[in-house]
Amino acid sequence: MAHPDGIGARVRRREDLRFLTGRGTYTDDINRPGQVHAWILRSPYAHARITAIDTTAAAAAPGVLAIFTGADLAADKVNGLPCGWLIHSKDGSPMKEPPHPALAQGKVRHVGDQVAVVIAETRSQARDAAELITVDYDDLPAVVSSVAALKPDAPLLHDEAPGNLCYDWHLGDLAATEAAFAHAAHVVTLDVVNNRLVPNAMEPRAAIGEYDRTGGDYTLYTTSQNPHVIRLLMGAFVLGIPEHKLRVVAPDVGGGFGSKIYHYAEEAIVTWAAKKVGRPIKWTAERSESFLSDAHGRDHVTHAELALDANGKFLGLKVSTVANLGAYLSTFSTSIPTYLYATLLAGQYTTPAIYAEVKAVFTNTVPVDAYRGAGRPEACYLIERLVDVAAREIGIDKVELRRRNLIPASAMPYQTPVALQYDSGDYVRNLDLALPLIDYAGFPARKAEAAARGKLRGIGFATYIEACGIAPSNVAGALGARAGLYESAEVRFHPTGSVTLFTGSHSHGQSHETTFAQLVAERFGIPIDNVEIVHGDTAKVPFGMGTYGSRSLAVGGSAIVKAMDKVEAKAKKIAAHMLEAAASDIEVKEGKFTVAGTDKSLSIAEIALSAYVPHNFPLDELEPGLDEQAFYDPKNFTFPNGCHICEVEIDPDTGVTKVVNFVAADDFGRVINPMVVEGQVHGGIVQGIGQALHENCVYDPESGQLITGSYMDYCMPRADDVPSFTLAYHEEAPCTHNPLGVKGCGEAGTIGGSAAVMNAVVDALAEFGITHLDMPASPERVWQAIRAQRKAA
Amino acid sequence: MYDFDYHRPTTIADAVALLAQAEDGRPLAGGQSLIPTLKQRLAKRSDLVDLSAITELRGIRDDGGTLVIGAMTRHAEVAASDLVRSAIPALAATAESVGDAQVRNLGTLGGSIANNDPSADYPAALVGLGATIVTDRRSIAAEDFFTGLFETALAADELVVSVRFPRPDRAAYQKFPNPASRYAVVGVFVAKTGNAVRVAVTGAGAVVFRHSAMEAALTNSFTPAALEPIETPADDFNGDIHASQDYRAHLVKVMAKRAVAALQ
Ligand SMILES: Cc1cc2nc3c(=O)[nH]c(=O)nc-3n(C[C@H](O)[C@H](O)[C@H](O)COP(=O)(O)OP(=O)(O)OC[C@H]3O[C@@H](n4cnc5c(N)ncnc54)[C@H](O)[C@@H]3O)c2cc1C
Repeated sequence: MAHPDGIGARVRRREDLRFLTGRGTYTDDINRPGQVHAWILRSPYAHARITAIDTTAAAAAPGVLAIFTGADLAADKVNGLPCGWLIHSKDGSPMKEPPHPALAQGKVRHVGDQVAVVIAETRSQARDAAELITVDYDDLPAVVSSVAALKPDAPLLHDEAPGNLCYDWHLGDLAATEAAFAHAAHVVTLDVVNNRLVPNAMEPRAAIGEYDRTGGDYTLYTTSQNPHVIRLLMGAFVLGIPEHKLRVVAPDVGGGFGSKIYHYAEEAIVTWAAKKVGRPIKWTAERSESFLSDAHGRDHVTHAELALDANGKFLGLKVSTVANLGAYLSTFSTSIPTYLYATLLAGQYTTPAIYAEVKAVFTNTVPVDAYRGAGRPEACYLIERLVDVAAREIGIDKVELRRRNLIPASAMPYQTPVALQYDSGDYVRNLDLALPLIDYAGFPARKAEAAARGKLRGIGFATYIEACGIAPSNVAGALGARAGLYESAEVRFHPTGSVTLFTGSHSHGQSHETTFAQLVAERFGIPIDNVEIVHGDTAKVPFGMGTYGSRSLAVGGSAIVKAMDKVEAKAKKIAAHMLEAAASDIEVKEGKFTVAGTDKSLSIAEIALSAYVPHNFPLDELEPGLDEQAFYDPKNFTFPNGCHICEVEIDPDTGVTKVVNFVAADDFGRVINPMVVEGQVHGGIVQGIGQALHENCVYDPESGQLITGSYMDYCMPRADDVPSFTLAYHEEAPCTHNPLGVKGCGEAGTIGGSAAVMNAVVDALAEFGITHLDMPASPERVWQAIRAQRKAA
Repeated sequence: MYDFDYHRPTTIADAVALLAQAEDGRPLAGGQSLIPTLKQRLAKRSDLVDLSAITELRGIRDDGGTLVIGAMTRHAEVAASDLVRSAIPALAATAESVGDAQVRNLGTLGGSIANNDPSADYPAALVGLGATIVTDRRSIAAEDFFTGLFETALAADELVVSVRFPRPDRAAYQKFPNPASRYAVVGVFVAKTGNAVRVAVTGAGAVVFRHSAMEAALTNSFTPAALEPIETPADDFNGDIHASQDYRAHLVKVMAKRAVAALQ
């Protein structure tokens, strides 16, 4: 009998009761004895030299315990924040890696840059005192756009990075690509801007640093997606604290979307200052600070060309991208516009020759790093917009053009010209699954009906490929990663048969407490309530690389399976001893260990009891206990893929775009909990729609001030901005190289979503001769585009 | 937030006296505009005089055909009031269009008009309906009340007590919400009473204004088509990342036409 809460069951999220009744424990909910508060004084200028800082008045203010500036950190030899991925330029030179100090050293480089920290008994005392600090700034010209920053006369951010260039990187075979273009029947070109986004996790970042004088131990509570990575980065590279003296706890975390992967200045500041002050120190960001200090996402400017033969077969793709990295290198920033972007440019298509070059640029803006999808939405958006432009220019139906170029399932495993090898996927199946759900054939009638109501209806397609479960450590290392990318797990059976599962991945919305428990419950035939998931604490979990890039199940889940394999192997031996049989005669099914061909059997609980009360136990062969650890390093990325189709209606009088229909047909490999997967897809699509229609981070080009610094101006998608989604998935092409056959689903909606929406918007506007519109397709942008075409006509 | 002294009087007279005595005091109504500015330390006040315990400031009543709404009446109460919905449905719709449910449950009529945000909704309704603002010391016609960007005819210690709305024959409000904040990028309130037509526009300029060209055209022919030839000069309009001056001017016409169309 199948386990009621096993793989494939729509188990309700076990964590929801806690979250929905306000009983979650987030970092800001934690209060340590003797705790005091930090307020960070931030730069009001985008670019300025600091000539003097006077803290005298502030230090005398009520409640103030200490004030620190960059000079104090430098005096203590506190290092800057490290970057975790080394990229080499075309010419073989390493990227420019200017210092990223936790508190400014002589210069500020973006509005919100940390200048000083005030520690006081209360938060408002700290903030009051911060207002008494006088900082003399020499205002310098600022540059916020990456393209402008590359101009010869642009203001220079870092002396270490001439021309504001971090690297000029490339991938692919230029000669082969140019040869392909030379033989092309058609070449289509496109210039796109992939708009900058602010991540906006519901829970703002927070950190509590604590120092125990007795043993010299530090603890950091922080809003992190990967506490072990923070321990490594902050401990080893910034503060010089060895791992055994530093505990990092990431308790309940209210969303990350990438922005909580990185090691941030405030973490290092409160940890370091806790020892100086001798009290635990809490810092919690205000929403305005989140806008000014959480790493932003996207911000690409790209020129692309696609070569096709007379039948619409893609022959070659050339891409030239300028990526904005912001003022400093955030932890993984350098890998996003390179290995997580250009390697995806084949998409689902057989394009035989691809060449991409990427210039990464420093600007006076908040650092840019991975944001849900991270590089892959940028790639998908570019490819899928190009395909639509090509379909229109050549006059082939856009579905047909895609069909002609999709990689067939029979070609798997498929080596792309941009480094990746897709292990599995049936892209035609996704398309065939999606088309009836949107009723493609009925679209012309729907368009006509909308026109009768004065609305412009458009339909847009996007096929996408993701590279998830990031990925073999040796490959990542060869590409410049400065960390491994495996995952760990520990499966601890307790004497009476319940289980604590420790995972090195981290749940901040991904539902680990439910899906991971499903894996264990099914494997050992125990009730799901007997399984507890522990994550987010370096003192409890052996090690972990955390959660991002849809890796939790594909990598973390695989580590769990490996640990469960070890438990089972040991349990088998114990069972053999208890049942007086040979281990090779023990059959395991749904948690029952049975001597083949007999009715002699034991449950895992009976075996666990014997392991901890080893009265009848093979002590000469085995150690007591039933507690196994495993590390899993994947053989390859996983490649989730899908087909998303969107329909929009535009009001030509106001330019307002409404998403009226959205279908997503996805292949995530094996699905553990369909309800959880659907939730991930829903959220992802909303973020994709958000980027396409609503969200846009805008800086003033002159002053470098963040104009969209609050929800008054930064437009988040809301429930009434989206329709009900129609979702489908298939499990016919499971991942071939991990034990569960899973691929990952966390970013899919974001990757396919924005491309599908924009293709629908441009389709709706086609009758005006509009061929492209940059995101977001805000009401005014759409209206202006229509107006410009009407005027021209 | 900086420290301030907090008072909660129960009569209008006490509130006015407290405000007159305070060094730099402000009345506190729903707090939806005032509290954020304090929390962000954009403003510093010596005293806040909370009006929520003054019962005279609350309620909706019919005074011989004129609708009287107390200053402390919440947007949600106006939106849900049977009296408002039957007397001036467009006024209930205006209240319903403000912000989100949380804001409507706290925000008040008096707070909204005293604040006079250039993109607030109520000013369009008040000017469009020719309402009269009653304060603790006088009555002010809506057109004289909204004097400029975040400025009104109120003295520093003067309280809005209620607003008197004459009943129109027909009225409609059309709002183009800012996609981010959902305040009005442009809101147009059209009211017809006998032959008189009033068109009030919020969001577009520094302060709500009557659109006399549209009023004249509609007096002549109360149809959306009558508005077609009217171009609204955009020179003094607001322009920002969400809507340029041109776009706002265009939206004034679109919203006005829709309001008139809704009344056909
Ligand atoms: C998220 C959000 C969205 C919003 N969206 C909209 C929208 O779409 N449309 C819209 O119109 N508004 C919107 N608002 C504003 C909202 O309507 C507020 O309720 C209103 O602006 C202020 O009303 P209040 O009662 O909260 O006043 P408060 O914030 O308490 O006070 C505002 C000002 O008025 C003064 N004041 C208050 N009462 C009186 C009185 N009786 N006499 C004299 N002075 C007084 C106060 O001293 C203060 O200066 C929004 C607000 C928020 C927070």
